[in-house]
Amino acid sequence: MNGTIINLLIDILIIFFLLSGTFFVFSGALGVVRFKNVYLRLHAATKSSTLGVAGLMLGAFLFMLNEHGIVSGKLLLGILFVLITAPVSAHMIGRAAYKSGIPLSEEAVQDDYKETFEE
Amino acid sequence: MPFQIVLNIIIAVMWMFLSETYNFSTFAVGYILGIFLLFIMRRFVKRPFYLNRVWKVSLLILLFIRELIMSSIDIVEFVYKKELDNRPGIFALPLEVKSDWEVTLLANLISLTPGTLSLAVSDNHDVLYIHAMDIPDIESSISDIKDTFEKAIMEVTR
Repeated sequence: MNGTIINLLIDILIIFFLLSGTFFVFSGALGVVRFKNVYLRLHAATKSSTLGVAGLMLGAFLFMLNEHGIVSGKLLLGILFVLITAPVSAHMIGRAAYKSGIPLSEEAVQDDYKETFEE
Repeated sequence: MPFQIVLNIIIAVMWMFLSETYNFSTFAVGYILGIFLLFIMRRFVKRPFYLNRVWKVSLLILLFIRELIMSSIDIVEFVYKKELDNRPGIFALPLEVKSDWEVTLLANLISLTPGTLSLAVSDNHDVLYIHAMDIPDIESSISDIKDTFEKAIMEVTR
């Protein structure tokens, strides 16, 4: 009796992680389509999809642990690597985009980085 | 700090030899005993107790996770807005941290805070250029970056 309730709670937790992960990845993809230029799209592509992938992997980890008794360290390492690499790649893409002369969108109100090129 | 960790590992190995069971759980018990011993002896060692720093690192990781969740929710709100009326821009943030390692960590943290994305570091490591989704309501996140992140990073590295 006790065991089934705990199993149910763990299942609910797994479902929560998987669903929220999917939701965040989907929203990130939608943001990439909707936003106007490279810089705004990078915002959508890094943050929400990082959290989404982390949620999916955590859900998969819990599922493997609960259902098959496998402690899958690769999934946890995957979270770590996504967390480290996503901001770095966003930084590099953004910098490369700026250096190759892609303008900010028309509504842009401030550009401090431009001054460094004028000197 | 490395000296204290080595000492702690030596205590753990000695505990393994004393109890004559060579597996991971004995090592873990020995390590915890070592932490306890080092905690008692902390006044006789000149450097501060190394778990203080471990504690601060874990606080930084917690901060990182919280900011990641907040910023994702923020982005999701933007994605499902009817019309996108945000005003993006790039602002310059003067840096207090100087070394490569600290700047990298700060840039990564900023990329995952709400509405900001680190775009470039100036050549002399003085200024960080940040692209913001919405400049008008970015004031709070500037003070956020200054007060929480930089302080937390400096507490870890110094």
